[in-house]
Amino acid sequence: MRRKMYDFGARALLYGCSALTVGLLGFLIGYILIRGLGGISWSFLTTSESVLRGTVGIAPAIRNTLFVVVVSLLLALPLGVGAAIYLTEYARNKRLVAAIEFASEALAGIPSIIYALVGVILFCTALKLQKTLLAGSLTMVMMILPTIIRSTQESLKTVPQSYREGALGLGSGKWHMIRTVVLPSAVDGIVTGCILAAGRVVGESAVLMYTAGMSMAMQDFSPGRLARASGSTLTVALYHYAKENADFGAAFSIATILLALTVILNLSAGVLGKKLKRS
Amino acid sequence: MQVLFTLCGLMAVGFVLLISVYLIISGLPAMREIGLGRFLFGKTWAAGQNQYGILPLILTSIYGTAGAVVIGVPIGFFTAVFLSKVAPKWLANVIRPAVSLLAGIPSVVYGLVGMCVLVPALRNWLNLPAGDSLLAAIIVLAVMILPNIISLSETALEAVPREYEEASLALGATKLETYFRVSAPAAKSGIAAAVVLGIGRAVGEAMAIMMVAGNVANMPALTKSVRFLTTGISIELNYSRDGSLQRQALFSIGLVLFLFIMLINAFLNLVLKREKEG
Repeated sequence: MRRKMYDFGARALLYGCSALTVGLLGFLIGYILIRGLGGISWSFLTTSESVLRGTVGIAPAIRNTLFVVVVSLLLALPLGVGAAIYLTEYARNKRLVAAIEFASEALAGIPSIIYALVGVILFCTALKLQKTLLAGSLTMVMMILPTIIRSTQESLKTVPQSYREGALGLGSGKWHMIRTVVLPSAVDGIVTGCILAAGRVVGESAVLMYTAGMSMAMQDFSPGRLARASGSTLTVALYHYAKENADFGAAFSIATILLALTVILNLSAGVLGKKLKRS
Repeated sequence: MQVLFTLCGLMAVGFVLLISVYLIISGLPAMREIGLGRFLFGKTWAAGQNQYGILPLILTSIYGTAGAVVIGVPIGFFTAVFLSKVAPKWLANVIRPAVSLLAGIPSVVYGLVGMCVLVPALRNWLNLPAGDSLLAAIIVLAVMILPNIISLSETALEAVPREYEEASLALGATKLETYFRVSAPAAKSGIAAAVVLGIGRAVGEAMAIMMVAGNVANMPALTKSVRFLTTGISIELNYSRDGSLQRQALFSIGLVLFLFIMLINAFLNLVLKREKEG
């Protein structure tokens, strides 16, 4: 009898908690879509906010988000892949490997508000970049570096040792071997790493709010003006509308877009990772 | 080429050093000026009156994280057991991506839903003057750490050798007894790692709780408006003057938060190491 009670209780807990988790997710998505979908229109996506006409538009925020994603990835990708190559292909010094791996884990664990602080003193103040998208992107490089290192490293580890031995046996130099044999076989991990990193940039708000600015106006990305471009990304725009303007319609519409981006990035990381591996 | 790649690897170390050194250099002056004791144990934070005591912030961060763990960990653990042991395959394959979606949702989105749903609901249910409270922050944090707890615990549970479970079943234990009395204890260090990681995420979260916690530096109480270590920084970072004592004190909070996180990370490494050694 007691065992039956135990079984019943345990089963109830398992089903109950799982239902709660799923229900929560369903509610979150449903609620965001219901309040946000209605506000999304062509002009919402392609214009900037106009106080005169009283319209809301997030084109600048979309462009700023893209800018930060592209710039921070362009900088972090070579660094991260290079670090992973060092760790898996070259490293002899065990202490150095331990130090780099520890550092990478530490970077992954540091909260974003600390990155915001460091970005503010390092890039905005010390390097005199002010609050610009450039300063924000540079701060994000530190944040996404561990993501790229880790996923490149994981996938380099799965490249069979025989590939390397084969290439070296045929007389290839080490760098040539890495470039033509190892990296192409590890491209799935690198791409997945980039997508995960892009997801992190899209979802980040604290860092960008304090290092990249909160302007909702259209920014000029021409080379001469680039260093002055300063504005909000999607997440910061959401915060701006919710907390400072109390315009929850616009905030939920941005949340809907962020949700869609998250789904797309999640799916493509899974699909691309698998597909590239097979080919 | 080797030199180049070594340099890339050293960048990660360089970044960590840079962050630590900058935080220490810019965090120490205010601590010295205010006095370490008065800074850490002072009960009032009021920049206008030159009072910089962060005890309420520290306690709020501790209580808030503890609350989130108390709510989030059991729910996450049971969901993980369900996913890895009980759920039919098709169902697990539906829930799993959903959980990883939950992990990818930006924190401002959690904050927004918290602001529009949770805060008014708490105000009505508990008859509060305002729903922005420690309780609201705890619930938001619990939801946010849930996916981490679920996916890591599930990985740990999957790694339990089948023979353990088969032996237990053969000895006459029911399936559920096996899951809780054999599988879960065997996966305990992995689950512990999941909990520690969840703690790290909860301690470090800023934006979501900035939107629901009210941000007044009260001593923590469930229904009061509170300020965390993270929000203590974020709420004043845009409004403090460069070089002022207030700005410097924010960096001191950053240093304290950084030490907290490093302690948690060290603990996490310890747990993971023990797991590796069995």
